[in-house]
Amino acid sequence: MIATRTALGLAALSLGLPLLAACGEDEPTLVIYNAQHEQLLEEIAPAFEEETGIKVELRNGKDLELSNQLVQEGDASDADVFLTENSPAMSQVEQAGLFEELPAEILDVIPATYRPTSGLWTGFVARSTVLVYNTDLVETSELPDSILDLADPEWAGRISFSPTGADFQAIVAAVLELEGEEATRAWLEGIKENGTVYDGNNVVLEAVDSGESEVGIVYHYYWERDRVEGGDVSDNSQQYYFSDQDAGAFLSVSGAGILKSSDMNDEAEEFLEFLVGEQGQQILADSYALEYPLNPAVPLEQGVKPFAELDPPQVNVSDLDSEAVVDLMTEVGFL
Amino acid sequence: MAGGASPLLLLVGLAVAVLALVPLGYVVTTTAELGRQEAVDFLWRPRIGELLWNTVRLLVAGVVASTVLGVAGAWVVERTDVPARGWWHAVLCAPLAVPAFVNGYGWVSTTHAVQSFPGAVMVVTLSYYPLVYLPTVAALRRLDPAVEEVATSLGRSGWSVFTRVTLPAISPAVLGGALLVGLHLLAEYGALQLLNYPTLTTAILQQYATVFNGPEATLLALVLVTFCLLLLGLELLVRGRRRRARVGSGSSGVPVRVALGRYRPLVLAALTAVALWALAVPLYALTRWLVRGTSASLDVGELAATAGTTLWLALLGGLTATAVAVPVVWLAVRHRGLLTTAIERSVYTASAMPGIVIALALVTVSIRVVPTLYQTVLVLLLGYTILFLPRAVVSVRSTFELVPPGLEEVARNLGCSGPAVARRVTLPLVLPGLAAATALVSLAVATELTATLLLAPLGTNTLATQFWSDASSIQYGAAAPYALALIVLSVPSTWILGSLSLRTTR
Repeated sequence: MIATRTALGLAALSLGLPLLAACGEDEPTLVIYNAQHEQLLEEIAPAFEEETGIKVELRNGKDLELSNQLVQEGDASDADVFLTENSPAMSQVEQAGLFEELPAEILDVIPATYRPTSGLWTGFVARSTVLVYNTDLVETSELPDSILDLADPEWAGRISFSPTGADFQAIVAAVLELEGEEATRAWLEGIKENGTVYDGNNVVLEAVDSGESEVGIVYHYYWERDRVEGGDVSDNSQQYYFSDQDAGAFLSVSGAGILKSSDMNDEAEEFLEFLVGEQGQQILADSYALEYPLNPAVPLEQGVKPFAELDPPQVNVSDLDSEAVVDLMTEVGFL
Repeated sequence: MAGGASPLLLLVGLAVAVLALVPLGYVVTTTAELGRQEAVDFLWRPRIGELLWNTVRLLVAGVVASTVLGVAGAWVVERTDVPARGWWHAVLCAPLAVPAFVNGYGWVSTTHAVQSFPGAVMVVTLSYYPLVYLPTVAALRRLDPAVEEVATSLGRSGWSVFTRVTLPAISPAVLGGALLVGLHLLAEYGALQLLNYPTLTTAILQQYATVFNGPEATLLALVLVTFCLLLLGLELLVRGRRRRARVGSGSSGVPVRVALGRYRPLVLAALTAVALWALAVPLYALTRWLVRGTSASLDVGELAATAGTTLWLALLGGLTATAVAVPVVWLAVRHRGLLTTAIERSVYTASAMPGIVIALALVTVSIRVVPTLYQTVLVLLLGYTILFLPRAVVSVRSTFELVPPGLEEVARNLGCSGPAVARRVTLPLVLPGLAAATALVSLAVATELTATLLLAPLGTNTLATQFWSDASSIQYGAAAPYALALIVLSVPSTWILGSLSLRTTR
């Protein structure tokens, strides 16, 4: 009887496997480990497939989840291309020596500020740090000059953020790079004391909009997207851009790179060329993503604050150290 | 030691145990890589204390609330004259079709009040009490009311009959359910993350999202596993060595139903409240997102493809786990001994591991040991099997326990061959249990999120991962159809479970 059941199980297995595996076996496909928003890539990938005839498959995850997975997989990885939301995950894979050097045709398109000097990967879109504030609870005159001021006692019980996400950790990396370890630790301790911790920037946005929290540290596109969607969690709030190259005006770069383990290097290069080229960047600019394209020829419109009006601090993307950030945040008790 | 089980069967059982212990082995080995001082430094922090306190109080309150609600509901449906009992039974089972994270999503998008300890207890209780309710209803159904009648005729009051006679008789079912609830709470991620209630498990996931399978996350997992083992030990202690089998397949009498009398409106109000809280709130919130989000422009083809994949994975996962559960249960029930109990218990340990720990254990092991298996459906199914084997075992076991071994011995003595005994005697008796196990596991697979995210081969999206991806990038409207599909997909197996629990033994 047991044998029968096992046989039944195996039969079911062998029946099911080919069906499930049928998705990707027929022709070589470009495998992208994608930590960027899926919706964004779901617009780019079909356009690229149509343009080049190269099939693309997305493996979606979060920045550090996928970067760590790449490090774990090493040479055995299926991945051809890696895309992130923030640069620290790119740096991690870069430091593990897994990236193939990019050709000049790709690198030259993007201004040098938005890619590492190593030339092992490049930025392709960027997002600005903002402070979302509830318009019923906060006067514009109260808004702080610097993101560091949020650690002051006057903000006790009023702020929220998502410390476990790669987004916030990139902001901490920028603060660390700009202000040094002591100041960053003190700042983290201050905002931990003052703030409510949520998991996810959308949750922060919602908490601010509903008045659970007065202000929240997020990236600009969360609020913008929700406005486009109908304003469910943004109609009681506005966003405030820090200026004067404050750490709070930090512009986080989403990176793209090609893995050494890839057996489709040419196709991967074609994909990156498309991604940073005008056609790809225009798709990004017109998309729901609302992130800033980094190809200077393509502006982001759709009512978002123009790229030229941002005043971000000068941060070398290669210097953002995720390991030091994690250590600090563990010490302070966020992790 | 194993009561005369065939070596082959033992070997199969041991193989299953080894498979189930892979995640634990991974956790222990990775933890061992960390120096003792480092481990102490990491664990001896205020943050860990906060996580422990959150986990323990949620565990205790959630299990108690689920047990009270589940047993009370089962008693009302089975032992009182409440009107429309069939309808209330369906209503009380139905929350099983709403995944905990969808329930949490519905509540959070309705009120912020649930982002608190009482809120977390409420939401997890509403999601998980059916795990106590279902086995309790089944046990009450199967319990010969003659026992209760005798107690009543000897002068016991209704309450006294319940606590002194009924409750001890159904206690294995209740305890089994409570154990499941406890294990679910320890491993729950989606709902608690939405409720912003940090526990050991959500912290492990955050660690993984930040530093992957670093030793810190496995340290947390080790603490979590310790909790699970304590829980298992507790259940083992309470359940003891009782054996439950009703000899004779004669029909049991019709139970005398307690007249609710003037309490009837109160009971009906309570049942209605459960229905509203557990079902109406999440469903209303979902409908609201469906209607309101402009991103709800739905890609039907993608939804259908995702639903198809989910269906297949659910079915395969259910069949695999049930097939694997049978030898384990057979050994544990029929060849009770240290070794076989150890095999059964080792299967349970996996259930306290969050899906992501199992997933990463399998990712690591498959990359290091059998790289060809990595990124295949087989590894995903292996993950599902480890993850949901405990559920299959509990379900299969509850029926196997009700088959008196004497029946098989009689059949054999009457000249029936071994296979014929299995086919003509055992199988008809345990088939409902096997079906229930398959349904339970399929239901769980269809709504599994974390392990699927990591183990699903390239391009394989399930309804749960699609829902999560949309919801976490604030496309609430786009997420709603997937959540709805998840619920629709879970209805059949919930229905099967609900009706199986009402079936009396022949």
